[in-house]
Amino acid sequence: MYSFRNLWTRRLTTVLTATGMALVVFVFSAILMLSEGLQKTLVDTGSYDNAVVIRKGSVSEVQSGVERSQASVIETEPEIAIGPQGQPLVAKELVVLITMPKRGSDKPANVVIRGVAETSIILRPQVKLVQGRLPRQGSSEIIAGMSIAKRFKGGGVGETLHFAMRDWTVVGVFDAGNTGFSSEIWGDVDQLMQAFRRPVYSSVIFKLRDSSEFDKVKKRIESDPRLTLEAKRETTYYKEQSEMMAKFLRILGLSLTLIFSFGAIIGAMITMYAAVANRTSEIGTLRALGFQRMSILIAFLLESLFLGFSGGVVGLFFASFLQLYTVSTMNWQTFSELAFSFSLTLEIISIALLFALVMGFIGGVLPAFRAARMNIVDALWKS
Amino acid sequence: MNIVKLIVKNSFRHRLRTILTIFGVAVAILSFGLLRTVVSAWYAGVEASSASRLVARNAISLIFPLPLSYEDKIRQIEGVKLVSFGSWFGGIYIDEKHFFANYAVEPESYLKLYPEIIIPKDQKKAFLQDRKAAVAGRILVEKYGWKIGDIITLKGTLYPGNWDFVIRGIYRGRDKTVDESAFIFHWDYLNETLKKTAPMRADQVGWYMIGVTNPNLAADVAVRIDKAFKNSLAETLTETEKAFQLGFISMTEAIVIAIKLVSFVVVFIIMVVVANTMAMTARERIGEYAIFKTLGFGGWHIAKLVFGESLFITMLGCALGIALTFPAADIFSSALSTYFPVFNVAKKTIYMDIIASIIVGMVAALFPTWRAIKIRVADGLRRIG
Repeated sequence: MYSFRNLWTRRLTTVLTATGMALVVFVFSAILMLSEGLQKTLVDTGSYDNAVVIRKGSVSEVQSGVERSQASVIETEPEIAIGPQGQPLVAKELVVLITMPKRGSDKPANVVIRGVAETSIILRPQVKLVQGRLPRQGSSEIIAGMSIAKRFKGGGVGETLHFAMRDWTVVGVFDAGNTGFSSEIWGDVDQLMQAFRRPVYSSVIFKLRDSSEFDKVKKRIESDPRLTLEAKRETTYYKEQSEMMAKFLRILGLSLTLIFSFGAIIGAMITMYAAVANRTSEIGTLRALGFQRMSILIAFLLESLFLGFSGGVVGLFFASFLQLYTVSTMNWQTFSELAFSFSLTLEIISIALLFALVMGFIGGVLPAFRAARMNIVDALWKS
Repeated sequence: MNIVKLIVKNSFRHRLRTILTIFGVAVAILSFGLLRTVVSAWYAGVEASSASRLVARNAISLIFPLPLSYEDKIRQIEGVKLVSFGSWFGGIYIDEKHFFANYAVEPESYLKLYPEIIIPKDQKKAFLQDRKAAVAGRILVEKYGWKIGDIITLKGTLYPGNWDFVIRGIYRGRDKTVDESAFIFHWDYLNETLKKTAPMRADQVGWYMIGVTNPNLAADVAVRIDKAFKNSLAETLTETEKAFQLGFISMTEAIVIAIKLVSFVVVFIIMVVVANTMAMTARERIGEYAIFKTLGFGGWHIAKLVFGESLFITMLGCALGIALTFPAADIFSSALSTYFPVFNVAKKTIYMDIIASIIVGMVAALFPTWRAIKIRVADGLRRIG
């Protein structure tokens, strides 16, 4: 109680120090939220039961190439699940990038165009059509992901895009939630392959009949001399796509927070030292009244922890609003546009609060010791 | 003279607090400087690009190639002086973590077009003569301890298989803005191999680099080139090298904006810390200010005292922070070399450091000054007792 009242009495200083800490916690949690959001987006994009087959050594679908004959071999793997209409759940897809201008700023960005088969949408249960209809097979019709429809020129229903010497009509918009698919455009794979004059597929995706059979089928595909391909679980595939970006965010984030927290700790120290210095006589009185050194130490430490805690809560409060924002930027690894949002998890909340408390503790521990070590007579004398 | 002495003396009355504040400012200036350097590293490619060069690529997007036959056609276009071309190779050395730029170019015209890439004469000759030869930047060579004559194997991502190259030369940049961590080799080597393994992909290039006769007419030449290939199977998009590089950056603009924002937050944080110090200082000295007033000193005098002290502290911190920026940037530069091949502290960054700390010092002093000037003599004196 004593600690709390103290903070209240010196409101201006308290507010200033807590603001400093709140800002640090804000930046700290914002960066954690960003890399969490990025990873969540890319991990959610994949399904654990789906396997992606791409050319050996190619890191992403864009770089990969799967020849028609190789794709047919994959299609006959016995581990592939069977769909409701008796068709095998396998899709041969084409993934290329096109440059599109953003709405508003007109700035160009690379967008993924995925040539899909009829089964593709069954393989991705996250993808739901929200507007318009699915494209007809064999036509120059395409559907756009939510982020594309919102952010890019020509992405909305009824609009047309011109690429590969053809006009493509957007007939539908699909929502794939917080996944990478929301930043893609889908069209008929055969039409797109013709238009882009690409004789090879980019990847083959299939659903496993039994999730545990993945290792078996992976081994078979990778040891088949006719195929120079590799298979990955879709979740692993997308996780690898985010690694470079996530690592960059982590390095930048951690070094920033380290430096920042240094500043905030200094701020807390200044406040606490001043608090101790101002209250020398008070401390002397308390000691004379019979309070132990220990309880004085604890009182000052508590005060500093309070400071840290309130800073942390305020910082988190403002950081939680960031969840409303969506960041759209280029993922270096796939070289294409990706939209993702800040994501606040319980883990981040606890880490950020712990971080704030640690800052408060480090900032307060030295001043608290000084207060506790004071000699009663000297302290009273000073008044 | 007197007032300066008083300011310095005042500043160190609370030695611990002042030192802590100076440290705080130094840390903030340090991080501000580093963040700004990250931003300028982002734009390094733009700085290094020349206005007299054009880049032509496939209009659909960079991943689509252009036919080799365009070379002669482009050369015939009015205003074009030199044509070179290249393809992004995207090879992996050891594993994905060891990323560096590697691309295939037509070496003779490329080196003519890029005079900022400096290779010793004998090495240049050896490089041009050997089809399997490659040149690597100084930083890259130092990082991996390569020597001339070493055989380097890259694993292809776009072009399957393992590719062997012989290091025949080490290049340096003419100035600091040149990326010295790239790996360049003969386009012919790539093409001849493709003819054997994947004939469909042979005779295609990633982009054309074009030198123009008159930089002022670069835009016209670009339009002429695009017109020549309009409505063909591979339409081109030609722009100046600068615009080409800027296009890359605008794709990651969100991150640049975030970093810029954070750099201002740092300044704001430190403003809060310094304001705190000044507020406490002024509160303690309210009595003194009252005495000054009683002695007949005007509000201006007191304002000068407070501002002077605040600026003195921030400038000390600023100097310390700038001094620390250089070694810190070196550490950063090696940790982030995969992302930023060029990482230098710019002069502009230093100026911004100084301006930021002056602003911090001024703002932090505002409120305490206002209080010190406003206080009535009697109130101020009463506080002492």
